[in-house]
Amino acid sequence: MNLDFAFLNWNVVSAFVAKGLIFSVQLTLVAMLGGIALGTLLALMRLSGKKWLVMPAAFYVNTLRSIPLVMVILWFFLLIPLLIGRPMGAELSAIVTFTVFEAAYYSEIMRAGIQSVSRGQVYAGYAVGMTYRQTMQLIVLPQAFRNMLPVLLTQTIILFQDTSLVYAIGAYDLLKGFEVAGKNFNRPVETYLVAAVVYFVICFSLSMLVRRLQKKIAIIR
Amino acid sequence: MGKWDWQVFLQDTGGGQTYLEWLMSAWGWTLSVALLSLVVALVVGSLIGILRTVPNKGVAFFAECWVELFRNIPLLVQIFLWYHVIPSLFLSLRAVPSFLLVVFALGFFTSARVAEQVKAGINALPKGQRYAGLAMGLTLPQTYRYVLLPMAFRIVIPPLTSESMNIIKNSSVAFAVSISEMTMFAMQAQEETSRGIEVYLAVTGLYFISAFAINRLALLIEHKVQVPGTLGGGK
Repeated sequence: MNLDFAFLNWNVVSAFVAKGLIFSVQLTLVAMLGGIALGTLLALMRLSGKKWLVMPAAFYVNTLRSIPLVMVILWFFLLIPLLIGRPMGAELSAIVTFTVFEAAYYSEIMRAGIQSVSRGQVYAGYAVGMTYRQTMQLIVLPQAFRNMLPVLLTQTIILFQDTSLVYAIGAYDLLKGFEVAGKNFNRPVETYLVAAVVYFVICFSLSMLVRRLQKKIAIIR
Repeated sequence: MGKWDWQVFLQDTGGGQTYLEWLMSAWGWTLSVALLSLVVALVVGSLIGILRTVPNKGVAFFAECWVELFRNIPLLVQIFLWYHVIPSLFLSLRAVPSFLLVVFALGFFTSARVAEQVKAGINALPKGQRYAGLAMGLTLPQTYRYVLLPMAFRIVIPPLTSESMNIIKNSSVAFAVSISEMTMFAMQAQEETSRGIEVYLAVTGLYFISAFAINRLALLIEHKVQVPGTLGGGK
């Protein structure tokens, strides 16, 4: 068969693909920020040493980590409308799902990050009269973030790849944009190929950047 | 929402079987896709992982490219490539059943991750072991076969266990190309019966059980192959 990419001109891209790309990036950024915030909270709960905080946080993280993401997407799409009493769009549902889901993975990274800060730092904080909150906020968490920055970003690249799974509920993301364009011009083979190249270029360049950042951080330390 | 209605599983699907029977066959598809992909991933991934550590720069570079290629494209897109693109580019592959295409997609996708672990395992060994093997007059393949790999594979069992559990989870993406596995069942049975919660609970439970079974099996293997006196290997 002959491949013909000529139909994929700027107009087609901006009409079909751009909208999807914007949503994929939006979804990634919201889920990253929300997921890291919620994940940090979960990590602090798990390291608090108080059983009533440790247990629910551990349950949350372990449950979400052992269910396939596609099933989590389907679960939320089914449950959210039942809970709030009205239908919710696939896009909004995806944003909620990914934030909640990624929090479980980010929390494991933050937990390792907090544990990588030496105990003496915490004692030093308490010794100069800081409260738990101040010690965490001003001493431990900044170092934990810094140590874990490359891992957090790598997880975000995985998150960006995973956003393609909103296919299950029909949300309009980057992959869907390509698919719709391919259907319209009856060129599915070409559009899937281009979609793969686009995803590869984005993810590969981001992971190169993370690698450079990792080296930089390592030298300063 | 209303009450539970588990009897939904005894209803007829219209095709002469109950939803329970359909669920069981879907579980079988999930396990077949996952286990066959795991075999592909372990074989290809080990090979690529080994190639990444050989002295030949060209070979190591090829293996590096393999890993980057399969790691930086989303699994769903890779499945579409295998299912839609490859058969239309290589007409001889038209006859290959879609089940096998998905197995290769998931297997190659996971092989990149396995290769990373295997490489890390080999590099975790002291360099002296490689030199010792070569100095004794073993060829490079012999050094790998008798000196490096027996230890490296034992080191990577725990990370490979979590990859094996991931492959069960990732097999759910096969729904996108109409493989009749559990996620596909969940979506269709939910639509047909409107008992989404019961259907999803059953499917989620079976995913849990499958991943847990793999975890136990791997633990068993890990204990069986422990080398005494090393790596927390006991007495």
